[in-house]
Amino acid sequence: MMKRFPLYPMLAALLGATFFILPLVATFYFSLKMTRGELGFAAYQSVFNSAAFLKTISYSTVASLVAILIGAIIVVPTAYWVRLKLPKLRPVVEFISLLPLILPPVVLVFGYIRLFGSNSWMPLTTSTLGTDVLLVMGYVVLSMPYMFRAVDNGMAAIDISTLSEAAQSLGASRVRTIVSVIFPNVRAAIISGAFLTFSISLGEFVLASLLNRPAFGPYLVQLGQDRAYEPAALAIMSFGFTWCCMALMQVFATRKPGQRWLPFPNSRPATRT
Amino acid sequence: MSFLSISNAVKSFGSNTVVKGFDLGVDKGEFVSFLGPSGCGKTTVLRMIAGFEGPTSGKISIDGRDVTELSPNMRRIGMVFQAYALFPNMNVFGNIAFGLKVAGLSKTEIESRVNEMLGLIGLTHLAERYPYEMSGGQQQRVALARALAPKPQVLLLDEPLSALDAKIRVSLREEIRAIQRKLDITTVFVTHDQEEAMSISDRIVVMNGGRADQIGTPSEIYNRPATRFVAGFVGTLNVLKARANGQDLQSVSAGGTTMRLAQPVRTADAEGKLSLGLRPEAISLTPSESRDVSFRGEVKAVNFMGSVIRIRMDAGGEIISFDMFNTPNQTPPTIGQLASAHCSSSDIFELSQ
Ligand SMILES: Nc1ncnc2c1ncn2[C@@H]1O[C@H](COP(=O)(O)OP(=O)(O)OP(=O)(O)O)[C@@H](O)[C@H]1O
Ligand SMILES: [Mg+2]
Repeated sequence: MMKRFPLYPMLAALLGATFFILPLVATFYFSLKMTRGELGFAAYQSVFNSAAFLKTISYSTVASLVAILIGAIIVVPTAYWVRLKLPKLRPVVEFISLLPLILPPVVLVFGYIRLFGSNSWMPLTTSTLGTDVLLVMGYVVLSMPYMFRAVDNGMAAIDISTLSEAAQSLGASRVRTIVSVIFPNVRAAIISGAFLTFSISLGEFVLASLLNRPAFGPYLVQLGQDRAYEPAALAIMSFGFTWCCMALMQVFATRKPGQRWLPFPNSRPATRT
Repeated sequence: MSFLSISNAVKSFGSNTVVKGFDLGVDKGEFVSFLGPSGCGKTTVLRMIAGFEGPTSGKISIDGRDVTELSPNMRRIGMVFQAYALFPNMNVFGNIAFGLKVAGLSKTEIESRVNEMLGLIGLTHLAERYPYEMSGGQQQRVALARALAPKPQVLLLDEPLSALDAKIRVSLREEIRAIQRKLDITTVFVTHDQEEAMSISDRIVVMNGGRADQIGTPSEIYNRPATRFVAGFVGTLNVLKARANGQDLQSVSAGGTTMRLAQPVRTADAEGKLSLGLRPEAISLTPSESRDVSFRGEVKAVNFMGSVIRIRMDAGGEIISFDMFNTPNQTPPTIGQLASAHCSSSDIFELSQ
């Protein structure tokens, strides 16, 4: 029997693709039209030449990276311990990690302001550094659902209890076991959690705006109000950036230990002479 | 004083007591196997020796030192798991070197020790392979080398061969035994395969329901099983219901015949009932001077099993199994035929419990 050409599914797929791609193409086209009468990258140039852009993006990058680091340091041992010693509590911990998806960030930030405001026991909001700390902590909280899920899935893929026992029988302490056995084996999972965290916190608006930090999210919004072409250029760039993150996640997630980072022919000799 | 000693170890999980007073002394360099059915507590005892489970009560000591409260990473134990448990992020070299790195050895010391271990397991050429690039047998040999590299005081293996196919299982168990002899390392080996335990152990601990039913050499376990459970678990066994004949404590009736036992009856109940054990290989269709006991009955089944033929016969209401060699010049009996089977009374032993 000959397979019929899947006409309707193809049409549906095409329609869907158009729905997503058309606005992208239009935005891209628009972003090229900054100089009257010709197509060019003037809008992109203008973005990169703006001091505010460079300042906010580097601020947000640093804040996100610190958030990722703290998130990993909290999540990896927690997920490890829960899986190993408190498996009954896993649904509870998972639910807690999902809370940031249920409660809007506004709630979080008002909580912060009440808890750490100028009249509180720990007036973090009165200093720049203190507010930075709050912002990073907020990012850590926002990233929890992604980080915990990624790391927990990563741990499900390896037999952490037997691996831990093997490491211990070889003399390794708990900390050493986590650092040299568990961490490296869930690294791919941590990295995918990290990329998700990064793409979320980089453009985050609510926390940064209400804490009044010079972050990239508020800058984007401001730019959108003041300018026409630059926001389009930024939208295209952040789209490309997100896709890069996804591609990198894929690379990290599927790489096996000892493999090359790029899909070059594997030149490592299988046997040693 | 034994090198490794476990005294009166008890382990309960909640209200479920799975190890019920376990005693064992293992000498330096001895190879002891724990043999028993699934769930009898073999792994639990092994994990208590390793320190992964704390005994509910009892004491464990190694080389004269009480280690009951010592954490696993301080016990100097080498452990091999059924599922290999190699570190997936490290190659063979890295896996074997792990314990040495933890111990803080220098780079050159580590290198030479790892190479020595690789030589021992015959995998020098695979030093750079990762676990996912190796067969199960190779992985398990690496796991053995990894466990032995830091020179542990005791080597523990929990069904290390169960995940491998039959051929590798036999060759690897011999390799494990050879390496164990060479290094003279005190070893506890868990298995539920009686042939495996018989073939490589100095002594076997037959476990049943959280207790050691019998501890002895393979030949003691096989030829003089202490309990009915041991007798039934190790090898095939005919169990005959018997009745003591009055005052004469050596004369009993079983399987439609009367016989004189080598030992006086010890376990007959008030009605004179007892159980006897008889190995299939002790029975023959050919009569002889020394075979002073004869059973007569109808052949119920004849099974060809390669080099031997297993025959089942109904002797006075008892089913007796026995083997004959499968040779062209001897025709086996046919089903329904009446036959006589002979054995020596010294091969018949009384079963307690
Ligand atoms: N962590 C635990 N919590 C509760 N019960 C346990 C635990 N570990 C073991 N048990 C129980 O203890 C009993 C003995 O288990 P153990 O693993 O020692 O048996 P085993 O002899 O090694 O069996 P197998 O041949 O199947 O490996 C089993 O009934 C098991 O269910
Ligand atoms: Mg077991």
